[in-house]
Amino acid sequence: MTKITPEMVREHGLSDSEYATVLKLLGREPSFVELGIFSVMWSEHCSYKSTRVHLKKLPTKAPWVIQGPGENAGVIDIGDGDACIFKMESHNHPSFIEPYQGAATGVGGIMRDVFTMGARPIAMMNALRFGEPSHPKTRHLVSGVVSGIGGYGNCMGVPTVGGEVNFHKSYNGNILVNAMCVGLARQDKIFLSAAKGAGNPVVYVGSKTGRDGIHGATMASAEFDDASEEKRPTVQVGDPFTEKLLLEACLELMATDAIIAIQDMGAAGLTSSSAEMGDKGGSGIELNLDMVPQREENMTAYEMMLSESQERMLAVLKPGREDQARKIFEKWELDFAVIGITTDTNRLVIKHKGKVEADMPITALSDAAPIYERPFTKRAPMTGAPAYDKAKPVLASLEKILAAPDMASRRWVWEQYDNSVMNDTIQHPGGDAAVVRVHGTQKALAITTDVSPRYCRPDPFEGGKQAVAEAWRNLTAVGATPLAVTDNLNYGNPQKPEIMWEIVAGIDGIGEACRALDFPVIGGNCSLYNETNGEGILPTPAIGGVGLLKDVTKMATLAFKRAGDVVILIGETRGHLGQSIYLREIEGREEGAVPPVDLAVEKKNGDFVRGLIASGRVDTAHDASDGGVLVAIAEMAMAGKIGASIGQAGLADGISFWFGEDQARYVIAAPFAEAEKIVAEARAANIFVAELGKTGGDTLALDDSDSVAVSKLSAAHEGWFPRFMAGEEIPVRN
Amino acid sequence: MKSAVIVFPASNCDRDAATALEQMTGKKAAMVWHQDSVLPDVDLVVLPGGFSYGDYLRCGAMANQSKIMGAIKAHAAKGGAVLGICNGFQVLTESGLLPGALMRNAGLKFVCKPVSLSVEETQSSFTRKYDKGASVTFPVAHGEGNYYADTETLDRLEGEGRVMFRYRDNPNGSARDIAGILNEKRNVLGLMPHPERVVDPLNGGTDGRALFQGLIESLS
Repeated sequence: MTKITPEMVREHGLSDSEYATVLKLLGREPSFVELGIFSVMWSEHCSYKSTRVHLKKLPTKAPWVIQGPGENAGVIDIGDGDACIFKMESHNHPSFIEPYQGAATGVGGIMRDVFTMGARPIAMMNALRFGEPSHPKTRHLVSGVVSGIGGYGNCMGVPTVGGEVNFHKSYNGNILVNAMCVGLARQDKIFLSAAKGAGNPVVYVGSKTGRDGIHGATMASAEFDDASEEKRPTVQVGDPFTEKLLLEACLELMATDAIIAIQDMGAAGLTSSSAEMGDKGGSGIELNLDMVPQREENMTAYEMMLSESQERMLAVLKPGREDQARKIFEKWELDFAVIGITTDTNRLVIKHKGKVEADMPITALSDAAPIYERPFTKRAPMTGAPAYDKAKPVLASLEKILAAPDMASRRWVWEQYDNSVMNDTIQHPGGDAAVVRVHGTQKALAITTDVSPRYCRPDPFEGGKQAVAEAWRNLTAVGATPLAVTDNLNYGNPQKPEIMWEIVAGIDGIGEACRALDFPVIGGNCSLYNETNGEGILPTPAIGGVGLLKDVTKMATLAFKRAGDVVILIGETRGHLGQSIYLREIEGREEGAVPPVDLAVEKKNGDFVRGLIASGRVDTAHDASDGGVLVAIAEMAMAGKIGASIGQAGLADGISFWFGEDQARYVIAAPFAEAEKIVAEARAANIFVAELGKTGGDTLALDDSDSVAVSKLSAAHEGWFPRFMAGEEIPVRN
Repeated sequence: MKSAVIVFPASNCDRDAATALEQMTGKKAAMVWHQDSVLPDVDLVVLPGGFSYGDYLRCGAMANQSKIMGAIKAHAAKGGAVLGICNGFQVLTESGLLPGALMRNAGLKFVCKPVSLSVEETQSSFTRKYDKGASVTFPVAHGEGNYYADTETLDRLEGEGRVMFRYRDNPNGSARDIAGILNEKRNVLGLMPHPERVVDPLNGGTDGRALFQGLIESLS
């Protein structure tokens, strides 16, 4: 047996105290395979050891929650016996090293998390953060990530319906690629991962196992440095063709009653899938690695247990159902092998070539995994209202903002994603939320991903709250009832107290908002150690939200529909410019307090707007957030190719009125008679409301003093991304 | 009209085609597995969009080796209608049922967006319900839709009135803006844009309906 040296322990990312625990749990020195298994199962990526105590504080329950965190994905009730299953997950580190494959396998992995529970994936979203546009690597990374997401999702035939793209220098050495998958199942056909009972066959299906991705989970749990490119061999290679066959074969098998438990082999592959299934089922698992379909010769037990080869699943079947299952996988030309059996020993036993390579209690990998209450140092949130030049011309600033890297149209990105396959995409990318119909019904799901990282560094708590509120608002703006969220918490190194505080405050902010808005967290993922050479990313807790539209014909889109509609602003404007897009893009500063979110007002205003849409009275709505009210109105005008004449209302001066990022606001448009009623009802309900003007013409005219052609705004808005990607424009932020 | 949709490994618009056919004809389409060697008794065979065999080797090349292709060729030879959409069009050119080839988009990127097409010819069961020269909007969603054929073939296609749809704003570099073509016997249509995605007013429009209505009128 290989002698375990302190160097080997360190290379496996285990601390001295963690290794001491390993020795205590086993009562002996681990084998090399066991050391590898502990290394991945106790990695931050698999064990959530730094965040677990804080994640417990999140609200996870509601009458419509069928399955909260802890399974492969969360499940909610969407009526009529239908269930929606969804989750968001990061693939940050691999995507920086190898953008195409990193992003592609991120998409593949999150799809497996959803279809392993019995759901057919019906929509994909993604939240992407890149370094500043002028950084020499940024274009290459954008290009690779976008084509990787498209390459995988398009082949799967699942529409990619939206997402976010941000640029900021804090991501120069550590981009974020968060992918979200939403699926549909019947409530009585949901599959879980608990391998209950002894003597049941453990089957391996999908692709063969190779040497790719060994220790991917460990890589994802460490900081980057300049030598990180050498980690390229730990990036997996995706094959969407095989995944598509695996999806169809699994759904075909799931239509039978042969399955006891099933789980995809994601991070830490065969190790985590077998350990987690045994742990949840309260049983043991014995695997014979001789039976594992292998792509390469002479693979060792260590390599097979730690491989992260893609497109593989592990299932526990009812005894005697192997042949029925085998026929289905053979039809789809996929590997199928019985590689083990469940036992009543609660131990994970790995045999290879007649030798026992590992024999360890499963609870040592789960319950006994380390949990840390890492120390954190509070930092006072940034405060104050920054000064700005009140004489700057408003419309010139608007045009500049619409063409800023964070604000320009993402058409260049989404046109590379098949967003209409499956024939149920009702709202395509570019709106507040994507809307995807539940096949064969009149109801639909609204889906969004949101976070404003620029708020999360100055004030991690308010930033966390705001991310949830904005997701809730975006679902509301299309008329959907927000139901639940998945969170993808991207932060730096949790062993630094100031970063740990960002994590704790962010989770607290998310929790507070989710509680106030009845918007439980049903699953998610933490990605820590997003640092390169000691520089952490902006805290980026991405929120993926899902809502339900009971009748898809009563829905709002952001485009102006008719000339003569009254443009109405719902929600109070105080002119909050701290940390705003305006301040950053026009004044060149990132300063001041972030806009506070009053959750009671958020709920009141949102419920009011949703009621107007659901009753069919309003078909045009948009949330006013990034860039403020004027940007929102410009987006509505550009989408509808209809102009508007508007004037400011309220006390704030022109610039702070038009560009302030006060929260809980919506712009809606409605014909005159309806608008009068809406304004009266809002006032009666003590909701701030203001009539800003009327739609019509082909210009955006401001206070009867200045105007700009909508087509000119569109040209600025649409032009930046293609020019940037063609290398024609490398902006330097002022 | 009775119809069948062929399912290759990693076809992914098979359900969309079946849904559209059912909406338009009121009858369920037969789903035919690529390893079958006989077709059910149908009037129309649809080769759907997708990534058959992962587009490995060349788009449509492996699918063309499938067992079912013999039956499809026989169906076409008898004058039966065949509609190849997107990947289905690629399979048809690989099989020789249609001339030419579909290459990587000129822009080198996958492109998904609604495109405006002109209906060039109405002399076919596929296009008879459109007005000649009409503008219709279908979505495209492909990485390899750049139609190529030699000059002689292109001249012949145009001379025989077999260019059925042309892009008004060419999204992929196709020769002479060709989006869809017919075979000599005028019973096999291949096109890159997706008519099956535009039969429902809620998700993109209804410009594809007339194509199915024409088939129903001709084949029922």
